[in-house]
Amino acid sequence: MQPFVVLEGVAAPLDKSKVDTDQILPARFLRRPRKEGYGQFLFRDWMDDPQFVLNQAPYREARILVADRNFGGGSSREQAPWALSDYGIRCVIAADFGDIFYFNSLKTGVLPVALPAEICSDFRKSLHQKPGATMKVDLPAQTVTGPDGAAYKFEIDAFRKKCLLEGLDDIGITLQHEAAIAAFEAKYRQRFDWLFHGNV
Amino acid sequence: MGKTLYEKIWEAHTITEGHDGQTLLHVARHLVHDGSVHAFEFLQDRGLKVRRPDQIFATPDHGVSTRSHVMEAIGDPEQKRVVQLLDRNTRKFGIVHFALDDPRQGIVHVVGPEQGITQPGIVLVCGDSHTSTHGALGALAFGAGASEITHVLATQTTWQGRSKTMRIAVDGKLPFGVTAKDVILAIIAKVGANGASGYVIEYAGATIRAMSIEERLTVCNMSIEAGARAGMVAPDETTYAYLKGRPYAPKGAAWDRALAYWKTLPSDADAKFDAEVVLDAAQLAPMVTWGNSPEDASPVTGKVPDPKSETDPERRSYLQRTLEYMGLAPGMALTDIAVDQVFIGSCTNARLEDLRAAAEVAKRGRAKVPVLVSPGSTQVKLAAEKEGLDRIFRDAGFEWRESGCSMCVGMNGDLVPAGKRCASTSNRNFAGRQGKGSRTHLLSPAMAAAAALTGRITDVRKL
Repeated sequence: MQPFVVLEGVAAPLDKSKVDTDQILPARFLRRPRKEGYGQFLFRDWMDDPQFVLNQAPYREARILVADRNFGGGSSREQAPWALSDYGIRCVIAADFGDIFYFNSLKTGVLPVALPAEICSDFRKSLHQKPGATMKVDLPAQTVTGPDGAAYKFEIDAFRKKCLLEGLDDIGITLQHEAAIAAFEAKYRQRFDWLFHGNV
Repeated sequence: MGKTLYEKIWEAHTITEGHDGQTLLHVARHLVHDGSVHAFEFLQDRGLKVRRPDQIFATPDHGVSTRSHVMEAIGDPEQKRVVQLLDRNTRKFGIVHFALDDPRQGIVHVVGPEQGITQPGIVLVCGDSHTSTHGALGALAFGAGASEITHVLATQTTWQGRSKTMRIAVDGKLPFGVTAKDVILAIIAKVGANGASGYVIEYAGATIRAMSIEERLTVCNMSIEAGARAGMVAPDETTYAYLKGRPYAPKGAAWDRALAYWKTLPSDADAKFDAEVVLDAAQLAPMVTWGNSPEDASPVTGKVPDPKSETDPERRSYLQRTLEYMGLAPGMALTDIAVDQVFIGSCTNARLEDLRAAAEVAKRGRAKVPVLVSPGSTQVKLAAEKEGLDRIFRDAGFEWRESGCSMCVGMNGDLVPAGKRCASTSNRNFAGRQGKGSRTHLLSPAMAAAAALTGRITDVRKL
């Protein structure tokens, strides 16, 4: 995973609530091989609209997306954060996130930042007033600095923060617990033996 | 203090606590489908192996053709590639696979309970958000993306933070014409589409207790549409009766040992939940959605909301764009909405009881619009045909197809064309969900069949 430390870049305002995973990445693209990239399919059904924010010159280079309430609800498709990341967006700021999308993003190197809806709304207003303005996301300090220079603190789980900062994926970490996993499995297979009978 | 069902399963699967509040949980059962292709690729790119193939079960569902279950029937080369890869990967790693031509094939969330693979008190993971379905049997079941699925394949574990708990108590007798689908749509309308985010829901109360397992599966299936990590129902006599004799359910002395464990699972009387929600079943009516979020559900007697009467600007803007997308006028009666086609299927509502309910209505007339019926599994299809349900559907002009995810997500070519309106028993009414530009109204199987007979949204109680 690509590490995430400090990101400073153009931010785009997305004035819509309930942006579900089918909007971020429609289902018809889900089976493309990962290596072929998903950036071209991001918000594919909105990209036909010239008014869509990412079609407007100042926002095309966006690295940060500022959304509204309930971003990323719906499907477990990790292709949604892949599309964001491949397009170049490494951080989404919203009032709240779909649960699976949130964790998929963290595992993809896209940082989801939850801030109160009013702050998201203020950010979006400033970004409309100053098209192409930049924002800064500082993961070690857990702060977001808006286009007006005001900084806000955000929360993130310490384990996921560490993985993002170091670009670790957790399989390596888990395999360090091999002894504990093996011991647990042996006990588990004895205690719940009926789960392992009929598997023929 | 007593423990909840969720806490008991959590503790029974905890390998180690660490990493700043994260717990490493053992995964008892892992279900894979054609969409798990990316995870198998990641695993092999890293030179890793499947750790516990005997705890994994596979079946293709998302991309399979509902016209025929021969491989050649899959027209889209991308879908065919992943269905073939599922076959190759499961052979390579020694995973049980209910392949396209296997009579046990079906939608993964229908197959798990049906085969007795899903059992009370286990942690179950699958690379699909509707994995919450399996909670109906008293399992802790949740969906995950490709990286997490790779992790589960490689380690048979998952790192999880403890969720908060929400008890949703539904009491009272369900009125005539009101089904499990209407209960869960009413719950989502009340809680909100992300209202249960951060929570695991336990459904409780007399109405849930009186439900069959198939009904509970419908309720738990849509927990994710309220934003929950998982939804579950404590196991009881209904659960045990459902499981007994199923192919992968324990047998003989093992059944007795399993039963003894299962009986320890229900939440203790003094267990505390972080949130409590109460719903009176007697007040419910058949539900239908008008918008692009499952929370946009209303009794069928209701009207399309008017953005002008909304004071919250975010809500008003959502309503404006939603009504425009859906092609609906503010204030119009839901029963005035004409539909172009009907879909009866999906992991939400394609089990035998669902098909019986739809057939009961279908008997009374003839379809005015195209109707696609896709059974939730090949076993459901065979059982339905044995009862003659296929004949009832065909006589009513409904199309009787093979099993798969079909028009719920439209990945297999079963699509709703742009601008067309579909009454659907599935779980998501997102813009473009059933095909680019498609318009979806979610409702129960009986309501879907009623819409088929009249060509518009119809109160099945008055049909």
